[in-house]
Amino acid sequence: MMNSNCGFEHEYNEGELYVRLRGEIDHHSAAMLRGDIDTLIYEKRPQRLLLDLSGVGFMDSSGLGLIMGRYSLVREFGGSMAILDPAEPIMKILNLAGIKRIIAIEKTKGAKKK
Amino acid sequence: MRNKGFSSVVRNEMKLTLPSYSVNEGVARAVVAAFCAQLDPAASELADVKCAVSEAVTNCIVHAYRDSVGSIYITVKILEGNGVRIEVRDRGCGIADVKAARQPLFTTDPSGERSGMGFTVMENFMDILRVRSKPGKGTVVIMFKRFAGRGENK
Ligand SMILES: Nc1ncnc2c1ncn2[C@@H]1O[C@H](COP(=O)(O)OP(=O)(O)OP(=O)(O)O)[C@@H](O)[C@H]1O
Ligand SMILES: [Mg+2]
Repeated sequence: MMNSNCGFEHEYNEGELYVRLRGEIDHHSAAMLRGDIDTLIYEKRPQRLLLDLSGVGFMDSSGLGLIMGRYSLVREFGGSMAILDPAEPIMKILNLAGIKRIIAIEKTKGAKKK
Repeated sequence: MRNKGFSSVVRNEMKLTLPSYSVNEGVARAVVAAFCAQLDPAASELADVKCAVSEAVTNCIVHAYRDSVGSIYITVKILEGNGVRIEVRDRGCGIADVKAARQPLFTTDPSGERSGMGFTVMENFMDILRVRSKPGKGTVVIMFKRFAGRGENK
């Protein structure tokens, strides 16, 4: 088993699932993150998923796939989703893919959620 | 001119061969970035290179060697005039229609977890992207980028 350079923490509060990803998101790490995040989504069926990317230092198109895949799943349960605080290089690839036309990207200015 | 504005004079060169294990995606981009650092690129330029390399290497792993493990051949050349040439080659399944594959959102992946944005990222984050492929033989991706930073390769 190879070491992973990524992970996440989460909080759940009244229909809102907050997930803070950290590390590098590529195809290798996305495969593991996907399973763990989906387990949470199936368990909580959140009205809203907040994906905090402030701790992500690297992300490629596999991260776009990870984000869009979770968006589809949350929507299936009638929920909505937002992306929080992507760093500059992460914002660049989100913009290239036009993600903000589909998922809101919010800046909370370092204020830890709410 | 073939490679618009890029010198063909090579100042330094690196070769790296890796088996197509997904853990090597991170290895490949870190090693290539470390090699490019001698040109003193801006952080954003280095981030672009890392992302482009990650895309090319991931494609070898998830597409070229879909049902097998094969070698990924990476060559990086430092060119005169603060440029780099990065080649990522595989001997995998190849691409039937390269022009179609390069379109944004085009993907042959049925899992629904791929966005079809890999080539679009390479194209936008680098200055030149060339793709050559033969079904059953493999694929070569060649990318060029010039760094604006003042760093000189001595
Ligand atoms: N090295 C390769 N060998 C074989 N086929 C490839 C290779 N690279 C790309 N392809 C083909 O080109 C398509 C487009 O590649 P691209 O990287 O743009 O998107 P993707 O890999 O499908 O999705 P994403 O990169 O967003 O996760 C792939 O779906 C695949 O069919
Ligand atoms: Mg790809």
